[in-house]
Amino acid sequence: MNSININGTNFDVKDEELELSLLDYLRERRFLTGTKNGCEKGLCGSCTVAIDDKALRACKTPVKKAVGTRVVTIEGMEGPGGALHPLQKAFMDAGAIQCGFCTPGMVMSSYALLVRDPAPSRDAIRKALRGNLCRCTGYQQIIDAVELAAKVIREQAVSSRPGCEE
Amino acid sequence: MRTDNAFRNDARAKVTGRATYADDVSFAGMLHAVPVYSDYVSAKDLKIDADEARAYPGCVRVITAADVPGSTTFGQIEKDYPIIVTDRIRSWGDVCAIVVADTREAAKAAAALVRITATAIKPVLTIDEALEPGAPVVPSWSDSNIVTHHRLRHGDPEPLFAGCELIMEEDFTTQAIEHAYMEPEAAVCVPRADGVVEVYGSMQHPFSTRRFTAALLGEPLSNVEVYTISVGGGFGGKDDNAAAVCARAALAARLTGRPVKMRYDREWSMRETYKRHPYRLHYKVGVSSEGKVLAVKTTMYADSGAYLSVTPWVTWRSTAQCFGPYSIDNIHADVYGVATNNIFTGAMRGFGAPQVNFAVEQLMDMAAHKLKIHPLGLRRINMVKQDSVTVTGQKLSGHTVSLEDVMNRVVHEIGYRKKYELCSFGKTETDELYGIGLAISYRGASLGAEGMDFCGCIINGQYDGSILLEAGIHENGQGSESTMSIILADELGTDRKRIRYRRSSTSSIPDGGTTVATRGTIMGGSAVVVAAKQYKELLQKHLAERLRCKPEEVTFHDDKIWGLNFEYSLTWEEAMRELFLQRITPYAFGTFQAPPVSWDDTNGQGDAYFTYVYSCQAVELSVDKKTGKVKLLNIVAGHDIGKAINKAMLLGQMFGGVTQGMGMALMEEFVREGGKSPTLNFDKYMIPRTTDLPEMTGIIVENHDPNSLTGAKGIGEPAIELIAPAIANAVYNATGVRYKDMPIRIRPEDLA
Repeated sequence: MNSININGTNFDVKDEELELSLLDYLRERRFLTGTKNGCEKGLCGSCTVAIDDKALRACKTPVKKAVGTRVVTIEGMEGPGGALHPLQKAFMDAGAIQCGFCTPGMVMSSYALLVRDPAPSRDAIRKALRGNLCRCTGYQQIIDAVELAAKVIREQAVSSRPGCEE
Repeated sequence: MRTDNAFRNDARAKVTGRATYADDVSFAGMLHAVPVYSDYVSAKDLKIDADEARAYPGCVRVITAADVPGSTTFGQIEKDYPIIVTDRIRSWGDVCAIVVADTREAAKAAAALVRITATAIKPVLTIDEALEPGAPVVPSWSDSNIVTHHRLRHGDPEPLFAGCELIMEEDFTTQAIEHAYMEPEAAVCVPRADGVVEVYGSMQHPFSTRRFTAALLGEPLSNVEVYTISVGGGFGGKDDNAAAVCARAALAARLTGRPVKMRYDREWSMRETYKRHPYRLHYKVGVSSEGKVLAVKTTMYADSGAYLSVTPWVTWRSTAQCFGPYSIDNIHADVYGVATNNIFTGAMRGFGAPQVNFAVEQLMDMAAHKLKIHPLGLRRINMVKQDSVTVTGQKLSGHTVSLEDVMNRVVHEIGYRKKYELCSFGKTETDELYGIGLAISYRGASLGAEGMDFCGCIINGQYDGSILLEAGIHENGQGSESTMSIILADELGTDRKRIRYRRSSTSSIPDGGTTVATRGTIMGGSAVVVAAKQYKELLQKHLAERLRCKPEEVTFHDDKIWGLNFEYSLTWEEAMRELFLQRITPYAFGTFQAPPVSWDDTNGQGDAYFTYVYSCQAVELSVDKKTGKVKLLNIVAGHDIGKAINKAMLLGQMFGGVTQGMGMALMEEFVREGGKSPTLNFDKYMIPRTTDLPEMTGIIVENHDPNSLTGAKGIGEPAIELIAPAIANAVYNATGVRYKDMPIRIRPEDLA
């Protein structure tokens, strides 16, 4: 049986589900609607999830390619009891949220960035989020938020893993 | 790092993925609907053969105009937009049928089997073609393709040109722009047992959506209940079409008796929905040797596309603000809306001002260069000041006219004076040309003489001390619910935690007008103040005795209700208990009515708006001489918004508006080729990304506005309307080349 680990839980994938996009699988089969569908062509980044800690577009990832991997969606970023990940907290504090449709993808791309670079420059953040479109914010407060979260994770020596207590 | 005052009631829901948008809503037994388009741009005698589609496994119903119980067409001004086409196709975005099936996949597959035939008609594709004598008339309701014409007659410019030191005659063009909200349109409609159709939709205006839906269904407004849920951006773009998507889903729900979801692909969204009006502007400007603009004549044409939507209002704003924030004694303007068979155009953030500003703010720099006057000096000579008279004959009084101060602050922050001297003007030792540019504007806040302007608010106190708040302004992502909550908390002297913003439905609160025109904070916020005043008076009256003072001596602060000299106080819990014992309902409904405005359509004169937002934006950039590529280096935006209520959100509006304006200036164009478009997703329609932008600085100027009960005006549209000419001016100062067509595309040969 094929299985995918989603937000810490293993799910058996039915054969007929293997051909779905990971986006449809998450939204329609697992009811994880936090991952958003903005263009369905891998162009806007709204559906970004972390697959083995790398930011990937769920709309362009077939389920069969995700078999055997560890997928984290926006729903998996919270810790037990609803503790927010430092990135989530920073997005709130920095005023990085407007309509919020790009936010889950932004958070997941930022998470993958902080895994590989715990102290990114603002330029590095801009490069990492280049594939995530936002029409509301002009990005500046999103970049503030990622910078803030990186600082919190470093200074308070908290884990950047998803689902961990702040 | 700006973290001050960041408050959003929906922030936690949005960072955790819990916020519910229309496509996240599901009901048991829900069907899926998709639209069917034809490939015609203009055609008549539409015939639809849906037999094969109906036979497709899972297809439940194919809906055509023949199934519509109400009106197939609707619109905000002229009811000409076909929610479903009957027999005449006027644009490539027209929806000819709706396919309903068990799954979305089945609906799409069945939709591909619908056969549409019609007799093609030669389409009218440009403003010139539309104006030609004998051109086919596009609108159903007009005998001409000129669908609107606004005149402004202020003084008499013609005799004055002869005495001018400088006469400029210039033409400018602007392009069609897609709103490109991240969330495509979606709606879920549920037929309720009591006969009401519930609508959960991605739309900008629940009440407009209700009007479209009730019209299509042929039912009273009270039969349609539109619920507010998270909306993934609007920017003016989620009215007519987004409402039509809700209406179509509601019709499908009515006809099948089951819940129906209609979620749009990005390509459908871009193909069908209205755009920002492309403009063609001609200006004749006469300036004295001292730099005073003495005479202006302007003619503008806006491409309205196939349907009217709000073209008369968009072009009205272009008329009322036809020469930027300058006081000109002799000016004539004629602004036309012209119908074509292009995808129609309508409301978009900025609403007829960005196009005008693109021309006017370049003209001011052009005049300055030609007369060898500093661009700041030329602006100072002509700009509106306290008690100035605008081109509509309105005396600017009753609020602080702070344009010069706003400009000075931006100039100081970015170091414009020194940096202006460093501009390349086409000459450089290296490959890089440097330029700095700025633009100024004023913007009438709210609807002005466009329409009736009022908004309501409900405060519903609960007996445990918690408070429900709702206002007739809709949350589109801008943070209006948070702003209303902050205003109420301030009015009542309570903790924000005590207040829950209730997401209203169209059946729970009276129509408070649409959330457009930079009116959310000024109208909704003032409505909150009116309701809060009534609410406090009710509490004062009934708590005075307990607090052993006169009603007018009861005060509200520190999350308590106080008697005279702070001797006695009540917690909110105690106060509500007291009201309960007196059998008093702690409830208030308040309406704010905008101060009066006036307009004479024969000469374009009147008090167009009850107040104005004053703005200046400046930009530094470099242009690569070899490639023509523009790199933005620094942006400063300054706006007098009256009063900052939610500072982080205010700055977010500024940065977001500047970014959309920058996209318009340099990147974006919704291409129309033969009435069709190849730019239907983000591979071809390019919007700004993180790496396209420099660091931005927002300057908040606060002169509390007496016309607003909170002192606050607004920021949504001022933020987008002037960075494009600032960029154009900076490009000129870098390259020595003037670009009068948007988007600005610099070819290396221009720089040779």
